[in-house]
Amino acid sequence: MNKTFYKKLFFTVVAWLAGGLIFFPILWMLLTSFKTEVEAVATPPSLFFRPTLENYVAVRQRADYFRFAGNSIVISVGSTILALAFGVPAAYAMAFFTSRRTKDTLLWMLSTKMLPPVGVLVPIYLLFRDLRLLDTKLGLIIVDAMANLPIVVWTLYAFFKEVPREILEAARMDGAALKDELYYLLLPLSLPGIASTSLLAIILAWNEAFWSLNLTGANAAPLTAFIASFSSPEGLFWAKLSAASSMAIAPILIFGWMSQRQLVRGLTFGAVK
Amino acid sequence: MSNPVLSFTPGPERQPARHTHLHMKMLQLKLPSMIALLLWSIVPLGMTLWFSFQHYNLLNPGEKGFVWFENYRFLITDPGLRMAILNTLFLIVWVLVITVGLGIVLAMLFNQAFFGRGIARVLAIAPFFVMPTVSALIWKNLLMHPVNGIISSFMRSLGLQSIDWFSNAPLTAIIIIVAWQWLPFALLVLLTAIQSLDPEQKEAARMDGAGPWAIFLFIILPHLSRAIGVVIMIETIILLTVFAEIFVTTSGGPGFASTNLAFLIYRYAFLEFDVGASSAGGILAILLANIVAIFFLRAVARNLEA
Repeated sequence: MNKTFYKKLFFTVVAWLAGGLIFFPILWMLLTSFKTEVEAVATPPSLFFRPTLENYVAVRQRADYFRFAGNSIVISVGSTILALAFGVPAAYAMAFFTSRRTKDTLLWMLSTKMLPPVGVLVPIYLLFRDLRLLDTKLGLIIVDAMANLPIVVWTLYAFFKEVPREILEAARMDGAALKDELYYLLLPLSLPGIASTSLLAIILAWNEAFWSLNLTGANAAPLTAFIASFSSPEGLFWAKLSAASSMAIAPILIFGWMSQRQLVRGLTFGAVK
Repeated sequence: MSNPVLSFTPGPERQPARHTHLHMKMLQLKLPSMIALLLWSIVPLGMTLWFSFQHYNLLNPGEKGFVWFENYRFLITDPGLRMAILNTLFLIVWVLVITVGLGIVLAMLFNQAFFGRGIARVLAIAPFFVMPTVSALIWKNLLMHPVNGIISSFMRSLGLQSIDWFSNAPLTAIIIIVAWQWLPFALLVLLTAIQSLDPEQKEAARMDGAGPWAIFLFIILPHLSRAIGVVIMIETIILLTVFAEIFVTTSGGPGFASTNLAFLIYRYAFLEFDVGASSAGGILAILLANIVAIFFLRAVARNLEA
């Protein structure tokens, strides 16, 4: 055994320890979700227990869980589609027909992201009240789409910039119309980019809590707001809270792991590649 | 170039017309996004500014009127505001120190070659994908509960006194939760930056006799400076308005002990229905965010090829 092997072993132990420590709260939540309510609050904490699915059954039987989960799906997917519908044409125009003003436009779009949501909470609330958008899925779809639009335009712009110019020029030489260019060339070439941009937008909308807590009630609340309702009965339903939470974060955890690389670019607006 | 079908470039005499046509077409593609974002940012911003000069309480909507800087004066004399601003700054600074500090250490660690690197990294970035209300409640109940939480069990097993986090150190508890959520972000960005470092540069320094500390201080840290700046700016803008974590754990209490600016504005708006004071607070938050945003936009602009 040589020195590099021991060095590698050392880093393996330290890095797994660090990763395990950071992951521990999530692991503990998962374990708790398979305990009975009594075991969940046991002191000292019970490490060895017979796993039970009763919490998942209980959460599922509360029929409204699926309503909240459904709201989350409709809102995150709906807002992503809306943001793409606005963002794809804009990013296309700026990436392929860059003008002197493109840089200013991009930066201005980004600057809208710098507006702290709490600064416009009251006007949005009053506008939504008057437009009858309070506690509706459509209202939250609009808010999340607008909040994500700058990120969507920026990530798509970066992807479009990477499409080889030569292919497009060759197609134009062959007399391809703008429409054909879009459908037969650009779409397939930038599909991976659009996919990961969508993933990023879905993750952000799924986990959005500020607007969900303030603009929705019993009717349109997504999972972020539903989980918050567990905060009131102090220390009563830990196992069920854990089961509901595990179900709420599982799909996004998987999406998130799939898109780690795009995440850095998307969230730093290309400042770190 | 004589055949107009083969060449996409129009003849010189028709260029201006064609150019304008294309320009209009592209503008049509951009316009929906631009108008949407303009409405989304300018309309509420204008309304906040307008309301901040109004006496306007939702419980008393009839009594409305222009009061100049009355709301701002009320805000400045409110003892809650000083507390909220201090808490906001305290939270931002500590979360930044923890996430950037640990982020650098972890990025260096995860940049090494070791067994199962992919899986270990996946575990370390997981908290970033947990929705804020879930992470806050998991920490509040399963981990930090003074009697049944695993942290207090652990401390008792060491013979220490367990801490009632949310009564005695509410802001510290929230800082820990928020730092846990944002550490993966710092780690991911810094790791991406470290990986773009040319290994030859390190090798050259080693050949010249530089020790690991010298390499870290004079090669790695300068290389990371830009990424560190980006992490600080993005986190600052987001941490300025931490809300859900406070909402589900302490509701800003006890007293104002864990109320930050965002929560104070919420409190004015939805617990006291004071639109005027809430809007004045909103303008304050926007001003604070803009100070950071200017630097951030400048950093991004430098890297933008357009």
